[in-house]
Amino acid sequence: MAAIADDNVAAETKGGAREFTLRIRRYNPESGEAPYWDEHTIELEGHRSVLEGLLQARARFDGSIGVRCSCRAAICGSCGVRINGQPGLACHTHLDKAQASSQEGDGVIVVEPMGNMPVIKDLIVDMDAVHWKKIHRVTPWLINKQPVPEREYVVPRESMVDVTQPMACIQCGACVSDCLSMEVDPLFIGPAALAKAYRFVGDPRDAQQYERLNDLSQDPHGIYDCTHCFKCIDACPKGVAPMNQIMRLRRRAGDDHGIVDKNNGHRHEQAFVTLVKQGGLLHEAELLPRSYGGDSFFGKFKPPAALELIDSLPVITKALIRRKVTPKGALNPHRLDKADRKSVQRIFDAVEEREERHELNLYITGYDEDEAGGQTENATGASGGEGMTSAEQGQPGQEPEESPTR
Amino acid sequence: MKVAYWPGCVSRGFTPELHGSMAQVAPLLDIELVELDRASCCGAGVIAEHNQELADALNARTFALAQQVEGAELMMNICSTCQGAQTECQERLDANAEYRDHVNTHLADEGLSYEKGLTNKNFLWLLVEEIGLDTLRAKVKRPLTNLRVGPFYGCYIVRPMDRLGINAELPRDTYLAQVIEALGGTEVRYAGSHKCCGFPIITMNKEASLKQAGRHLGDAVDAQADCVVTPCPLCHLNLDLQQPLAERVTGRDLNMPVLHLPQLVGLALGLSPKELGMDRHVVKPTTVIDWTTSVVAGVGAGAGNEGW
Repeated sequence: MAAIADDNVAAETKGGAREFTLRIRRYNPESGEAPYWDEHTIELEGHRSVLEGLLQARARFDGSIGVRCSCRAAICGSCGVRINGQPGLACHTHLDKAQASSQEGDGVIVVEPMGNMPVIKDLIVDMDAVHWKKIHRVTPWLINKQPVPEREYVVPRESMVDVTQPMACIQCGACVSDCLSMEVDPLFIGPAALAKAYRFVGDPRDAQQYERLNDLSQDPHGIYDCTHCFKCIDACPKGVAPMNQIMRLRRRAGDDHGIVDKNNGHRHEQAFVTLVKQGGLLHEAELLPRSYGGDSFFGKFKPPAALELIDSLPVITKALIRRKVTPKGALNPHRLDKADRKSVQRIFDAVEEREERHELNLYITGYDEDEAGGQTENATGASGGEGMTSAEQGQPGQEPEESPTR
Repeated sequence: MKVAYWPGCVSRGFTPELHGSMAQVAPLLDIELVELDRASCCGAGVIAEHNQELADALNARTFALAQQVEGAELMMNICSTCQGAQTECQERLDANAEYRDHVNTHLADEGLSYEKGLTNKNFLWLLVEEIGLDTLRAKVKRPLTNLRVGPFYGCYIVRPMDRLGINAELPRDTYLAQVIEALGGTEVRYAGSHKCCGFPIITMNKEASLKQAGRHLGDAVDAQADCVVTPCPLCHLNLDLQQPLAERVTGRDLNMPVLHLPQLVGLALGLSPKELGMDRHVVKPTTVIDWTTSVVAGVGAGAGNEGW
């Protein structure tokens, strides 16, 4: 735990300071006692951080409150906690905003340790046991291409823009804290480590991109274990969007390197894409067997599909009895009219016949509205934005990315 | 109100009762549905995972078709996953004019073009923001008195919050609770309401997927919910269709009925469980809920007449 001098607390409470109540989850595993809640009312200005509130509580009321911190400027990633149920940095969350997001509506700011990691004491979790172990799992360093140049590697500037988003990670563990896959599968490599993996897979200087991707695809707890729950995107205080990096790993692995994993991940994607191309709509009854047996009409007759069929017999039988699924519907899927199918297929052909994928990463390009200095109403009838500050948003106005291969 | 209606794929495939119940409920709420029967699958995040531009182009086509529906105030969907996947594409299309123009070149053959600024709302959002809870309350014929309902949102309709426009003014992550209360029911709070049903990895890591479904349903059981309601047919597949397997993985009896949102609304508006296709669920709501004493209590209309 970093020792932070609290001699400036008194000065901070002058001016527009007001009271905030912090409800802190306390737990000391060595004591043998159960966890409990402590409440402290501190006095600070609303724009001060929850971390400053915690430090004041520790200085004024209870020196035994365990909290880890260092830079107090959202750079070091030490003070990851859950505030009102949401993971984030205590130093990057204003007291007034935290008060407004109070879950019980009583204005009390609830501070808990991060999830998915064992608690060492109070708000301090064991990052070594989970987060760092997983980071080590993905070989988090550059594997040089040979021969190593005499001086520094020189690569085009544009080729590194692609990895600036995962490079923004400060290793705070907020995404790991709330990963819903990890909650049921602790072996899942997880969002932070996989974002780190993309940082090297996307680096043109790395020599083992295929090996990295093959490793992460074949691992039953690798890139295909992510459930698209978006928790990590909301959790990240730096806009890294780990889930998006995982999707890019899947694109690189399956589509660029043709890696067919034993977890059905790539087969599932291929079958989905093929079925939508053929019918315009998804044919679910065909998707499942093809995900196991392979992306063709004959996929469902292959042994893995048959085994899955047997395993799912109780479900299939019930679905048939209840007429949820009818044999006619299963064999005769809903699909678009011929003219619309043709239109959809034309789009597939036009996009897929090109050598390069056309991708737009808003983290890099920003929004048109940013340049005009305002924001318009977005898709869902509310003002848009991706939850990043302008300093974290890359270079607005750049051209959309062309990924190097497909 | 007239809406360009996108039912999605699953509501017409493995959960036909969802599309059917929406069609029953719409006239009772004065919603005129103009079905987008030429539009394609939203990609459910999987096509975007394969190729972002492809997903953006397919959804731009859907949006352009919606914008062609004369007199429609907005586009409405009935699937959390469609909402999330389409909003992601729309965010990119709306953010960058050059990219939008590029994607629109794929639609030119059909004479279609997506103009920035479509409003696309899930039925849940439309209920609260366009119809209004007061109007909904006034239309209730059979209040869901004593019915304890656990909300289950589905990831795609609650995250990422910024993209979906969830904030203090539009607390869309609380709308299910508000609708349950407006229909006269009781919202049950439980740990899994905003978590993942596990469906996206059912073919990749079946055990983890079913553990997710089973754990959330178990939490709802422990919180003494009578049923769970969801605006997402994909969640419905994992929570209802796969429930027997989720029971196997979690090692406990669950027997938790899972209702589609239009079904819950329809019950309160006076429709019968059969009209709403509730006999098509794997976990039959009759096994847990006695509709003669809960939903239809004291109204007379239809008591004992549900036609199971």
